[in-house]
Amino acid sequence: MKTRISPKIIAQPARGLVDEQIYIRVSNLIPNEKITLRCLLLSEDNDFWHAYGLYISDDKGVVNVAEDVCLGGSYTGTEPNGLIWSLKPVPGSRPALRLRKHNVFTPFLLNVSVHKGHINGDFKDASSLALTVIERWYIAPGVSTVEIRENCIHGTLFLPPGPGPFPGILDLWGGGGGLVEYRAALLASHGYASLALEYISTQNTSINVNNIGTEYFEAAFHFLKSHPRVSSEQVGIFGLSFGTSVALNIAANRNRISPRCLVCISGSHAIKINGTIGDVFADLKKDAGKAIVDENNHFIWKEIILPRLADPSKKVKVGNIKCPVLLIAGDDDQNWPAVDSARDMGHMMKAAGNEHLLTTLIYPKAGHLIEPPYSPHTRFSNFISVFTQQKVVILWGGQPKEHSFAQEDSWEKILHFLYHHLYSSNIGLSKL
Amino acid sequence: METTTICPKMTVKPTRGLVDEDIAIVISGLSPKQAITIRSLLNSEDKDFWHAYGHYVSDDNGVVNVVEDECFGGTYNGREPTGLIWSLKPVPGSRPALRLRKVDVLTPFILNISVYKGHISKCFEEPPLARAIIERWYIAPGVSRVDVKEKGIRGTLFIPPGPGPFPGILDMWGGGGSGITEYRSSLLASHGYAVLALDFLSSQAKSMHSGNITEKYFEAAFEFLQSHPRICSDRISICGFSFGASVAVALVANENSINPRCLVCVSGCHIIQVKNTIDDALEGFFRHPGKLKYDESNHVIWHGLCLPIPTDESEKVKVRNLKCPFLLVAGSDDQNMAAAESAEDIENMMKAAGNEHLLTKLVYPMAGHLIDPPYSPHIRSSNFFDSIKKQRVVLLYGGSTKEHCFAQEDSWKKILDFLHHHLYDAEIISPKL
Repeated sequence: MKTRISPKIIAQPARGLVDEQIYIRVSNLIPNEKITLRCLLLSEDNDFWHAYGLYISDDKGVVNVAEDVCLGGSYTGTEPNGLIWSLKPVPGSRPALRLRKHNVFTPFLLNVSVHKGHINGDFKDASSLALTVIERWYIAPGVSTVEIRENCIHGTLFLPPGPGPFPGILDLWGGGGGLVEYRAALLASHGYASLALEYISTQNTSINVNNIGTEYFEAAFHFLKSHPRVSSEQVGIFGLSFGTSVALNIAANRNRISPRCLVCISGSHAIKINGTIGDVFADLKKDAGKAIVDENNHFIWKEIILPRLADPSKKVKVGNIKCPVLLIAGDDDQNWPAVDSARDMGHMMKAAGNEHLLTTLIYPKAGHLIEPPYSPHTRFSNFISVFTQQKVVILWGGQPKEHSFAQEDSWEKILHFLYHHLYSSNIGLSKL
Repeated sequence: METTTICPKMTVKPTRGLVDEDIAIVISGLSPKQAITIRSLLNSEDKDFWHAYGHYVSDDNGVVNVVEDECFGGTYNGREPTGLIWSLKPVPGSRPALRLRKVDVLTPFILNISVYKGHISKCFEEPPLARAIIERWYIAPGVSRVDVKEKGIRGTLFIPPGPGPFPGILDMWGGGGSGITEYRSSLLASHGYAVLALDFLSSQAKSMHSGNITEKYFEAAFEFLQSHPRICSDRISICGFSFGASVAVALVANENSINPRCLVCVSGCHIIQVKNTIDDALEGFFRHPGKLKYDESNHVIWHGLCLPIPTDESEKVKVRNLKCPFLLVAGSDDQNMAAAESAEDIENMMKAAGNEHLLTKLVYPMAGHLIDPPYSPHIRSSNFFDSIKKQRVVLLYGGSTKEHCFAQEDSWKKILDFLHHHLYDAEIISPKL
């Protein structure tokens, strides 16, 4: 009995890092055939996420995602990586999910399948014509990890393979707390000794925000600087959200630490840390009433911080910063007034005469969670409020296509910025 | 400003690639015009260390790009993007006559790539200037591995992910090694084929048939693939290597139920018959022990055993009966099998019979017997357990490294194109949706 051979689907790289482009090609289809490409992932939290695109094969029965136009689905247009960045929880999932990798030592597994016809998103009864599996890794082979629990510093150090010395990065996440490792693992995969630091613990009472002030971060910075495999003069700080405020605070206090450069995403200088983090939260809590709740019961917090931009006493003296700063913000950030803060910071640095250090990237229709590519865009998700310790749904903002562009574009620029300031600015000085 | 040391930055891609993928190595942050040595190091499953190294000089920006730059010496030279893999050799002091083979295809080879100061050929002392680690896989994610012991046959089936149906390949390896050689099968499966790595030489396989493996065994293997629910019954190829290739061409030319869509034979010959048992066929190879030769290192040369190629057609495989496209690969410096001579004779026989349009013959100058998928290291000679004489010998396989590795790379591309063309591209008949 003669049967039709399965279409052939190739997705490369088969085992890539999460920030690598993917190339998907389907051949052996019927010419000018309508098909749907679908990507399915099972998260570590056991939720299914999927993305799909509607295509038509060419005269040779080929669909090439990098070049062809997607006619609909979870993305449209020519989008080589659309099947990853447009991932969303499948219909019927628990609400307000966010896709995050907890265990960086295993990859995300993506099932990429081809289906006959143009399917409108309901794949329950849709059997696939062909399937391939790819792995997406946050960590390159050879990157080692060291659990850091000394001098009260809580974190994980990711070291590239080799003797070093490597440039170092202190990696700071935001008010969601916990020990978030995936970005530090990815930075280490790009050659940086990266310390993912925990400073707000959801479970660990030894990291009590009422005991943590700027000294904690300075101690972490010094730890990294003095590590035998880190070059002491080439240590930068990478912050997102509250982590950006921390980075700006400690960089502006120049007598204590000297970072080589700063990457600050989706944050504000209008958070001054005078005492402890707990004090900062208590202060913010006073303005909790400024939060807006939208028609979906999602919390918009940017109004809490926005008024502080008018009060110099509440702002970090960014005029004191002595190192290059890459500032990244999305203009649809509903969680922090990142764009207003970026503009204000620019004014302050101009007045102080150090604006030549500042590079600002503002992305239209991007939201708050500007993560490494090709993380799915999360417009809103569950969050434990630092004010009430209760679960709320936070509106982060952003539109999928523009937000994903912001992630891809900013990451490329971040890597160039880090390389320029932490690796190549040293050419000619290295002892070899 | 104090002088600080920062290590050079090395980027190797892909970080986790299939073994037949190119690699790209870039090192930056060196001094301009700096002499360096790049060394790759691998610890085999047999716990031997294999290495390769190349001497480079950075450009004015302190960059070395292995894809573009010249290597000035080492285990390879010239512009060789993948030289650090294909020129791997056992490190000095290793046990002699080693062969690098992946036994467990579900784990990768780990390659350690280091940069050293200066142009050195030994004493690669720790620490290097920089290091990267990459994985090289014989299997893509999603490919399943299934032990097969049913319908009277024994082997390992590799199936790509998805519903199929897939084209099938009956993969027949040669003699030597213990267990079933799986790495080429898993690699072919990673390119979209359902592949059965067939065991037809081991005692376990023989014990399933009272010690006698005959043509019927291969018919059963072919039929196993044809009747598999995820394999397309009329798109099955046979790929053979060495003795496996010799058996394959004999089977396909015989009158039996084995009718592959196409045939690939690497480093085989056409002078054995599969009239009786496989053991008889194997012994037939050695019917003229006087033709064994030895080189200056006492390595055994089997090349002459098949020579001269008989002129009497009854002593050879009836290649006139072949009805399917046939890709024939051989190395002209094959010291183990008269594969190149056999290839020429096959071509002449098919020309005389009028079916030479089916034949694509690739004879590679200065390539040896072990034409493996790229970028396997070239093995000129290695240990072999002679199961007939029950003794360990060192066989000379032949080949010069650079040309042999070119043959591996070029023939593999052509094998994959050939298989795709005949098993995937071939006209779709009565599509059933």
